[in-house]
Amino acid sequence: MASSFEGNPTPTKLVFKGIKDAGIDFIVSVPCVNLSELITMVDTSCDIVHVPVTREEEGVGVCAGAYMGGKKPAMLMQNSGLGNSVNALASLNLLYGIPILMIISHRGVEGEPIIAQVPMGRLTTKLLDTMEIPYLIPENRAESADIILKAWNTARDMKKPVAVLLPILFWGQQE
Amino acid sequence: MKRIDAIREIAAKAKESSSLLVANIGVPCKELYNVYDMPNNFYMLGSMGLASSIGLGLALSIPDKKVLTIEGDGSVLMNMGSLATIASFEPENYLLVIIDNGSYGSTGNQPTATSRNTDLAAIAKGAGNKKVCVVDDVQSLKKALLCMDYGIIVVKAIKGNSGADVIELNPEQIIDRFMDISSRPSQ
Repeated sequence: MASSFEGNPTPTKLVFKGIKDAGIDFIVSVPCVNLSELITMVDTSCDIVHVPVTREEEGVGVCAGAYMGGKKPAMLMQNSGLGNSVNALASLNLLYGIPILMIISHRGVEGEPIIAQVPMGRLTTKLLDTMEIPYLIPENRAESADIILKAWNTARDMKKPVAVLLPILFWGQQE
Repeated sequence: MKRIDAIREIAAKAKESSSLLVANIGVPCKELYNVYDMPNNFYMLGSMGLASSIGLGLALSIPDKKVLTIEGDGSVLMNMGSLATIASFEPENYLLVIIDNGSYGSTGNQPTATSRNTDLAAIAKGAGNKKVCVVDDVQSLKKALLCMDYGIIVVKAIKGNSGADVIELNPEQIIDRFMDISSRPSQ
């Protein structure tokens, strides 16, 4: 797995390219160390409204409002935040048919140094399956921009949340 | 003042100013529906705590439209971080009205923390919101709604629900007619 994630350009730039290609113009964020460069790029981008939120569930609400205000919303988050968002994703997004693109730093998987990340790391795809939320995982860095574009198009067309899971080995040695 | 009296005043303000109006889960939604149903109303039927967040997302996305949100004390206590996020942006088109009746009205009037020692206006100010006011009767609410286009109004109300009818719209109908007025993403 490690070898398929090596090479340039940086994963952050590829993810950002995917965000731009998808026309995402409204982003809420809750930090993860793997998202730190991306959050800075989003924050300084002129054509994206960036709202740092205090908790992912709050971000789901802000994104729902943004969608109803004509925006194409995404949330940058860690997979731990999926647990914080379950009710909102179901009783707001799934209930009304509101899309959101969740770009998720998937912690608690191969390469994880923090043991507390492991339980949610293992549960993340099971939770998404249970919630009938589609998720995409790039097989290599090169396809990540296309995967993000495809994920947003799926969210828009299906009118529901769609996740892109970006595991630890995707990010490599960015810290 | 009863909650429905406050909702009547807020709905009148929304109508007069052509505001988008986000209503909190439970009986407040039903009371708004019965007082004045209009396509500008977004009835939030689930996701307790997120009305103020939905309103903020709307306000930041369409700065040329006014946005009003009706919240409750129990709901705000569930998503207090929203007060900090709102303070970080303070959109000039966003007015948040928190009707504080010290109880979880839709679930049997169990007391909330505001019925004891918690002060939501102080929390809103402490979160960094500069325009915060407290009202406790219809006349002062009317005046506050007249003077304030943005910021946070905490309305002290007595607990209890009116016998409001069920909302006869499904979620798809609610969002479709709302988005005909708010906006739609370009394809």
